[in-house]
Amino acid sequence: MAAAAARSPSRAPPRASASAAPVPSRASVRVASAPSGARRAAVAAAGMQPARAVAAEAVDNGAAVAVAGAPRPDAMGRFGRFGGKYVPETLMHALAELEAAFHALARDDQFQKELDGILKDYVGRESPLYFAERLTEHYKRADGTGPLIYLKREDLNHTGAHKINNAVAQALLAKRLGKRRIIAETGAGQHGVATATVCARFGLQCIIYMGAQDMERQALNVFRMRLLGAEVRAVHSGTATLKDATSEAIRDWVTNVETTHYILGSVAGPHPYPMMVREFHKVIGQETRRQAMDKWGGKPDVLVACVGGGSNAMGLFHEFVDDQDVRLIGVEAAGHGVDTDKHAATLTKGEVGVLHGSMSYLLQDDDGQVIEPHSISAGLDYPGVGPEHSFLKDIGRAEYDSVTDQEALDAFKRVSRLEGIIPALETSHALAYLEKLCPTLPDGVRVVVNCSGRGDKDVHTASKYLDV
Amino acid sequence: MAFALRAASAGSASSFSAAGPRRAAAPAAGRVSFRAAAAPAAAVRAAAAAAVAADKRSISGTFAELRERGKTAFVPFITAGDPDLATTAKALKILDACGSDVIELGVPYSDPLADGPVIQASATRALAKGTTFEDVISMVKDVVPELCCPLALFTYYNPILKRGIPNFMSTVKEAGVHGLVVPDVPLEETDILRSEAAKYNLELVLLTTPTTPNERMEKIAQASEGFIYLVSTVGVTGTRANVSGKVESLLQDIKKVTEKPVAVGFGVSTPEHVKQIAGWGADGVIVGSAMVRLLGEAASPEEGLKRLEELAKNLKAALP
Repeated sequence: MAAAAARSPSRAPPRASASAAPVPSRASVRVASAPSGARRAAVAAAGMQPARAVAAEAVDNGAAVAVAGAPRPDAMGRFGRFGGKYVPETLMHALAELEAAFHALARDDQFQKELDGILKDYVGRESPLYFAERLTEHYKRADGTGPLIYLKREDLNHTGAHKINNAVAQALLAKRLGKRRIIAETGAGQHGVATATVCARFGLQCIIYMGAQDMERQALNVFRMRLLGAEVRAVHSGTATLKDATSEAIRDWVTNVETTHYILGSVAGPHPYPMMVREFHKVIGQETRRQAMDKWGGKPDVLVACVGGGSNAMGLFHEFVDDQDVRLIGVEAAGHGVDTDKHAATLTKGEVGVLHGSMSYLLQDDDGQVIEPHSISAGLDYPGVGPEHSFLKDIGRAEYDSVTDQEALDAFKRVSRLEGIIPALETSHALAYLEKLCPTLPDGVRVVVNCSGRGDKDVHTASKYLDV
Repeated sequence: MAFALRAASAGSASSFSAAGPRRAAAPAAGRVSFRAAAAPAAAVRAAAAAAVAADKRSISGTFAELRERGKTAFVPFITAGDPDLATTAKALKILDACGSDVIELGVPYSDPLADGPVIQASATRALAKGTTFEDVISMVKDVVPELCCPLALFTYYNPILKRGIPNFMSTVKEAGVHGLVVPDVPLEETDILRSEAAKYNLELVLLTTPTTPNERMEKIAQASEGFIYLVSTVGVTGTRANVSGKVESLLQDIKKVTEKPVAVGFGVSTPEHVKQIAGWGADGVIVGSAMVRLLGEAASPEEGLKRLEELAKNLKAALP
């Protein structure tokens, strides 16, 4: 196994290359972790508690930045300089109450038991770790060598994406808080459908804010949400997409905070959301570790996931942040290209700013106004990104790259034909990155792609572009 | 910059002169943009700095003076650049002439989380016109010397961050601004803002709300400068039929822990409202959306200014 050689310098993301030669390892990031046995025990004991940070040293302009032993996030909800709570004062009490409830429930066996039961019997966990045989074959070089591709099948969850992991947990939490009115924002509609679903399941009132443009792009999901009994409110401000839907959901929450819980759908927003949503999705990475051990008696070498706000990526990465021999790669939406004005590649092209309650990388203009992003995928069409991703990028622990609309569409078709799996357009971005990644990887390297959602919702959009 | 979407707003001089005829009438050398100020206009800048240094107005000072006279402060809010900056300049002078005690000027922002539909739409219109921060500051710099009352800038945090906090503070101070309201920076995150603001003698006004627990309100009251901004309602900005009766007890709670003046805003729009709030012992009333609507939705800027003047006079007359 050429695991060590699978790491490429994190400051220089791998480029497509026909060469089969292993990439020389230049360890620019050293992550010190506790002995793995002890660490595993710590993970189990921590339950839903926020993780202790990795002890990482990142080389940045020659200066080592050490964050050893700091909680992630800290008491102020900070991941390094990112995160925090930048919200109107009206919400501060509700955020404090939510954080307290989250920590209390993390220690509540009855709650955990109820959540585990629902995740198993209602959501359908665990999701398989599937060996993509024909995709693997596709990336084999002329000499028969190449990486092994596995898909973490979050698309097989109830409602067709990873989003339900968080929605179901937050709905249970809302019930404990005594809040029976639920609001949520949605882009692609997957989080909206997941929220509408759990509200139906628990008998909660449900209002979904969705950009008017997204409602058009994702008409099927709008119908689904309404069928499930949710009210879908069209948002016309801005470019009528996810950013504007999120702002409107926050305004609703500011107004109805005493009766309402806001099920935020990504690892974004004010503290405690980035931490809480990550904790509710970390089951993805935990299962992956266990399944990898069962299947090949080791760990994955490379993890790949798409990043809009970044929830499916954090869910997969979190379990492995301390394992310095596991490469983490987030793939953003480059739209028409990162050098055009139509993309959503926040980590690639953004600057540090504040949006929707947290400090993170942000697409903004010279005046500090937020720029409307573009992606063919409604779920990645967001000008911000979860603060922990910004942190992982800055300390050099995770790599971030991007693929265009066209590359995502090509992957959408490729994986449909090679594996009989129609991936979501969001997921297709992660799958498209295999084109760049695989030629740089040594033989036998095991790559796990988070197959975060299924693409049935996207066939209407794709049919406008793809000639099949 | 890679993005062309907001190309209109990235321009400076050209977009400003397009925004209003007032500019064309100004003497050619009179335009002191912040970008331009450094190079040719050292003398102008020195004069401006002297004027700022000589400015004895402050928000807290104004409230103290009003309290001595048994008066309640009238604090109107308008959005800069809606319908255009020339009209904003006129509106500031009219509001001042109508007896405003402090004026709150909103810097238009793309994602105004704390604002309801009226101010959101107003910010969107201002940005669509190409209003930039630099344009707003340039206008403020021209108008402030003509005003009797102090001016507070209402802005979201990202435009401050984008400029760098120290740079932002020196820029707004040099323009003659007296205080700041930043609605998306709660107490915990205000330390750096407050210390940088203090270096330039800018008062940072903090907000407290009906959902703020008492102990927290007390800390906010201690830290707030200029006055304490009491949000009257659980919600975003925007006119409402009635002012919540809870405001009276919230005012009493605040008065128990501080001598600092308290002004009530959000949902305050009519002479009846301001009279009621003054009767409950508030030191000031803040009226935003009602003002913004008159200016933004009028058939012409002139009509908007006329209606703004009428409302301002009526509100002022209703206050002790």
